[in-house]
Amino acid sequence: MSSQSRPPIEPLPKFKRNPMTRRAKRDAITFALFTFPNFLLLTVFVFWPIFYSLFLSFFKWDMIAPKKRFIGLENYRVMFSDPVFWLVTKNTLILSLWVVVVKLAISLSLALVMNRDLRGRSFYQAIIFSPTFTTSVAVAMVWRWILEPDYGLLRVFMRPFGIAPINWIESTTHSLPAVIIVLIWVGIGYDMVIFLAGLKNIPPELYDAGLVDGVNPVQEFFYITFPLLSPTTFFLTITGFISALKSFDIIRILTDGGPLNTSNVLVLFLYENAFRWFKTGYASALALLLFVIIMAITLVQNRLSKRWVHY
Amino acid sequence: MARLVFGKKRPSWFIGRTFTHLILIFFTLAVGLPFFWMLTTALKSPVEVATFPPIWWPKTIKWDNFSKAWSTAPFGRFYINSFITAITGVLLEVSIAALSAYAFACIRFKYRDFFFLVMLAALMIPSQIALIPNYVILSKLKWINTYKGIVIPYVSSVFGTFLLRQYFLSVPSSLYEAAEIDGLSHFKTLTYIALPLAKPVLGTLILYIFIGKWNNYLWPLIVTTKQRMRTLPVGLAMVRDAEYAIGPEHLMAAAIFVLVPVLIVYFFSQRKLIEAIAAGAVKG
Repeated sequence: MSSQSRPPIEPLPKFKRNPMTRRAKRDAITFALFTFPNFLLLTVFVFWPIFYSLFLSFFKWDMIAPKKRFIGLENYRVMFSDPVFWLVTKNTLILSLWVVVVKLAISLSLALVMNRDLRGRSFYQAIIFSPTFTTSVAVAMVWRWILEPDYGLLRVFMRPFGIAPINWIESTTHSLPAVIIVLIWVGIGYDMVIFLAGLKNIPPELYDAGLVDGVNPVQEFFYITFPLLSPTTFFLTITGFISALKSFDIIRILTDGGPLNTSNVLVLFLYENAFRWFKTGYASALALLLFVIIMAITLVQNRLSKRWVHY
Repeated sequence: MARLVFGKKRPSWFIGRTFTHLILIFFTLAVGLPFFWMLTTALKSPVEVATFPPIWWPKTIKWDNFSKAWSTAPFGRFYINSFITAITGVLLEVSIAALSAYAFACIRFKYRDFFFLVMLAALMIPSQIALIPNYVILSKLKWINTYKGIVIPYVSSVFGTFLLRQYFLSVPSSLYEAAEIDGLSHFKTLTYIALPLAKPVLGTLILYIFIGKWNNYLWPLIVTTKQRMRTLPVGLAMVRDAEYAIGPEHLMAAAIFVLVPVLIVYFFSQRKLIEAIAAGAVKG
C-alpha cells in the first residue's frame, strides 16, 4: 500500500432540484395577481359573512349601538319558540313545493309539445321566457293590479265560471296562492328552455330504435324520454327549490308578507327583522338557518343524484 | 339511409299540430297578457281604468300619463343611478371574471384546481346570508348611500368566470402556445388573443349581467336610504309604498319606465340569451 493515498474524491455537489423554476414562479405570481380581485371580493362579501353571521347570531344588537350584548343561544331559542317564525317557515316550504311542482309539470308539457319543427316556435319561446329577465318589481306591480278585486283583469276570466271576485292581496287565505301563481308565471319559461335543451340532447337513435320495436307514444315517453331527461328534471327541481326558498322581490311588492304574515317568507322575514326592526342578532340567526337549509339540500342533491339520475 | 326513414320521427308527443299551436298560444297569451295589460292601463284615463268589465284598448290614448308618472318621483335621477351602477358593475364584473377565467384556463399553477373548487363553493352560498354582514362592512367604510356601496359587493364573479373559462379552454391550445413562444405576457395573451376570440360569449355575458344588475332590488333597497341614491326598482317600489295617491294608470306608466331598457335588450338579444342559458345548464 502506498503511503500516499489518493485524495478523497470530492463528492459531487448534490443536485438540488429547484422547487420552482423561474417560469413556474412567474406563472404563480401572475396567477395570484389575476385571481386576486375575485378572491378578495369573494372573501369579504361571500365567505366572511357566513362566519360573521354566526358570530352576530349570539348577540343582541341593533346595528347602531357601539356595544353588542352577548346572549348565547337566546336568539335561536326565541326563533324556535316564535309562532311567526314557524308560520313563515311553513309558508316558505308550501310555496316552494307548489311553485316547483306546478312549474315543472307545465314547463315539461310545453317543452314536449314544442320539441318539433314548428312555425312560430321561437316567438312562443321568446314570450314565455320573457319574465325570466323582466324586472320583478315592475312585474309584481302589474300583477297587483291584475289581482285587484273590482277592476282587475283576472276577474274577467273568473266571471264566466261564476267565481265571485276574490280580494287576493288582502285575504288571509288567498295571499299565499296569489304569490305562488305569480312565481309560477315568472318561472315557467326558464324551466321550459332548460327542458328543451335536455330533450335536444337525447340521441335520436333511441327513438328510431323505439320505432323499430313498435312502442306507442306513451311508452316512448315513459321508457325513453322521461328517464333520459332525469338529469334535467333533477337539476330543475333542486335549483327551482333553492331559488323558491330565496324568493323576495315579488312577495315584497305583491303582498309584503301580509295580511298577518300569511304570505310572509323566510327572506322577507329576515329583511324585516334586520332592516325594519333592527334585530340584527335575530336576523343573523335566520340567515344562518337559511344557509344551513340550502347547504343541506345541496349536499343531499349530490348524494341522491347518483342514485336516481340516469346519465 | 335508415336515418332518412326513421330520423323524421322526433319525440314530439302524441298530439296534432293544431292542438300544439292551441296550447302554445294559450300559454303565450297567459304570459304575455300582463305586459299588454301594463301598457294598455298606462294609456287609459282614470274613468276607463275603473270600469268593469275592463276596456281592452283606450278610446283616446292618454300619453300624458307618462309625464305625470315621471313627475311623481325623481325618475330622471333614478335612471342616472341605475345606469351608472349597472354599467360600472358590468365593466368591473366582466373584467374580474375575464382575469380569473384566464388564470384558471391558461396559467399553470400547482394549486389551481383547489382554488377553482373554493371559488365554485361560493355558488352554494345564498347571497341573502351576506346582507347584514355586508351592510355592517359598508357602514364601517362609510359607503352607505354611495355608488360603490351599491356596486362593489356584487362584482365578484363565479358564474362569469366559469363560463369564460369553458370558452378559453375550448380555444385550440396551439394559439396560446404560439403566443407564449412569441413572448407575449399573460395579460397581452388575454387581451389580444383570448378575449377577442371569446367575443360572442362575452357579449351575451355582458347583457346577462347588465339585466341582472338593472333588476336588482334587495341590495340597493338596503344600501340606499336617501331618495337621490335610489335605483329604478327601489324608486318604483317607493312610489307605490308611499301611496303617492296616484292611480294605477300612473303606476303602470312608471313600471314601464323601469322595463323599457330591459325589454330593448331582450328584444334584440333574446335568442342569444336563451341559447346561453340552455347551454350553461346542460354543461354545468
